[in-house]
Amino acid sequence: MTAELETAEGRETLRKVAIDPVSRIEGHGRVTLLIDDDDQVCEARLHIVEFRGFEVFIQGRPYWEVPVMVQRLCGICPVSHHLAASKALDRVVGAVPPSPAAIQLRRLMHYGQILQSHALHFFHLSSPDMLFGFEAELGKRNIVGVAEAYPDVARQGVLLRKFGQEVIRATAGKRIHGTGAVPGGMNRHLSLADRDALRADADQMVAWSQAAVELVKRLHRADPGLYDVFGVFRSGLASLVRADGAMDLYDGVLRFRDGDGGIILDQVPDQNYRQVLQEDVKSWSYMKFPYLMERGPDLGWYKVGPLARVQNCDFIPSPLAEIERREFIDHGKGDVIHAPLAYHWARMIEMLHAAEVIRDLLDDPACTAGELMAQGTRGKEGVGIIEAPRGTLIHHYQVGDDDLVTMCNLIVSTTHNNQAMNTAVREVAKRYLSGRKLTEGLLNHIEVAIRAFDPCLSCATHALGQMPLVVELAAANGEVIDRVVRD
Amino acid sequence: MSKQFLFDGRPVAFEDGQTILQAARVAGHYIPHLCWHPDFPPHGSCKLCIVKVAGRHVSSCAMPAKEGMEVESNTPEINGERRALLQMLFVEGNHFCPSCEKSGNCQLQALAYDLEMTGERFAHFFPERPVDASHPDVLLDFNRCIFCELCVRASRDVDGKNVFALTERGINKHLVVNAESGRLADTDLAADDLAANICPVGVILKKRVGFAKPIGERTYDVKPIHLVAMEDGK
Ligand code: SF4
Ligand code: FES
Repeated sequence: MTAELETAEGRETLRKVAIDPVSRIEGHGRVTLLIDDDDQVCEARLHIVEFRGFEVFIQGRPYWEVPVMVQRLCGICPVSHHLAASKALDRVVGAVPPSPAAIQLRRLMHYGQILQSHALHFFHLSSPDMLFGFEAELGKRNIVGVAEAYPDVARQGVLLRKFGQEVIRATAGKRIHGTGAVPGGMNRHLSLADRDALRADADQMVAWSQAAVELVKRLHRADPGLYDVFGVFRSGLASLVRADGAMDLYDGVLRFRDGDGGIILDQVPDQNYRQVLQEDVKSWSYMKFPYLMERGPDLGWYKVGPLARVQNCDFIPSPLAEIERREFIDHGKGDVIHAPLAYHWARMIEMLHAAEVIRDLLDDPACTAGELMAQGTRGKEGVGIIEAPRGTLIHHYQVGDDDLVTMCNLIVSTTHNNQAMNTAVREVAKRYLSGRKLTEGLLNHIEVAIRAFDPCLSCATHALGQMPLVVELAAANGEVIDRVVRD
Repeated sequence: MSKQFLFDGRPVAFEDGQTILQAARVAGHYIPHLCWHPDFPPHGSCKLCIVKVAGRHVSSCAMPAKEGMEVESNTPEINGERRALLQMLFVEGNHFCPSCEKSGNCQLQALAYDLEMTGERFAHFFPERPVDASHPDVLLDFNRCIFCELCVRASRDVDGKNVFALTERGINKHLVVNAESGRLADTDLAADDLAANICPVGVILKKRVGFAKPIGERTYDVKPIHLVAMEDGK
């Protein structure tokens, strides 16, 4: 392990390399490497500025505004926040459970979000690295390059994403920042016209998703020395699963495994997350480090997201994705797969699952008719947990008798993965950067490791890889010795 | 023959006592307005209804129509002024349409769309205006008040309760609740009072309604305000 790389000894005397901002990750990511006179990496840290201010902003607002407001938290997965908040606030209005129609419509919206986000991430942000190699020239390593060299792959990626966005629009009312889910249920059905239009494309989406899984598998198998090894480290896994152990990205109970795959905790009701999770604060990072209380901060951290989910569940409840899950598990030969690049493979398995779920939900009559709202005894508090594209997302609110939010706590996927991403950066820094001159390709290795986790800083508008990369060489006292700007 | 004036070059008939806005409206011409309401005397505060008469800018909601006057309303110059007025209103309060539950039913927002206000122009004041959630059925979000006094007038003149008032002047002007505690819960406002239902923006809101009606299907989502206003007498 590389925990010793978190804080170097005698760090005042070391040089610092900052990669800021990490390309294709929106402005807030920053990697600093402290390097000694022999170019040995002595310290590696990933700094992410978290949106903590939002929680204060929500306090004092009426609860019914919250599911709409929280969508502003994230440019890529607003739907996840929208739904997590709605689920939490169902408790406040006593809609436990919400109506069958509301649940199915929200599921549909959520799996549409998974599909569009996974498609975006894979095709736009990661496939360039994977298809061309991490050290390929930057001008080629983007979606335009993919479109030229692999036109079908690029086209399918675009259309899969569009389909996911259409599912969102049809359920939430708008492609971005819709208002479909409300505390207590939904405010609209799926129209028959939308249903029919989506249905017409649904089988194609399943087929393309299958092809995407094949593509990742092929890349993975072609270079196991890279894919199975790059940035690997052992950690626990965390996600929701359905009560029977099935993968469920919309609702369920919390399950935690250790790095060897043994179940540490299972069947933890979402409302009880605070009894098992704690957040550690480190002086050098704005973002907290959550961990499983019973294991403590040093051992209790974990990975969330596709790689965790595909291995944390007992099975995937849709046939094609389940076949792929088994193949994935077999690839681990009895051990848990921890390789960060396997995130991509797992992510595509989930995309396939999402496509299958959407196809089946479109045939569910609950989506087009039936009571949308439920009511019950008013509550003062609610927790909503959802498996967002990037991993477990927790929303927790307390609401006063006057309907205003008095407490809000959010733990986003990227926060859950904070320790894991830091560890990946350290691993990569140690193996690929130590003792060598810093090159563009090498720096990109670090970005590739971070990007595998799909931190929610990834931004669609930077999909062309045009975001400038600033590399700073500085002494640890802050003095900048050298500076490289990559446009 | 009835008396006439020219509205954007077209003859509009009027009766004595009618304002420019009223006469234009009867003739099917829309003039943007926020503080004017057909059931109340003109208020003349928002100035959205400005028109140009003989080279002067006047509030058409308050200015009586006169024989032979030439009124310019739907011109780039006047609409530009209206846009600037809207832009000022947007920065004077805290208007955040994307998460405002009044979105789609808000006249300020609808006018901004109608008058093609595409961006902001002035620095935000970010006034500190806490919400009053004390009343069991009605929420007050002072952040969005544009001081049209429709609630004040409705409560005083129609509901006979005098629940609201404006206080202070200029930049410090704000809406207050007429109770010793200053809390809405300590007034006799009821959710079906006219005052609780007349706010053109998102200040006085029925609680727990929120986004029950989807954005996209609301009044001004479906039809622009210049058509809606001509239909329902508002
Ligand atoms: S609360 Fe509404 S109706 Fe009353 S003055 Fe303010 S904007 Fe006008
Ligand atoms: S409508 Fe005439 S001043 Fe407001």
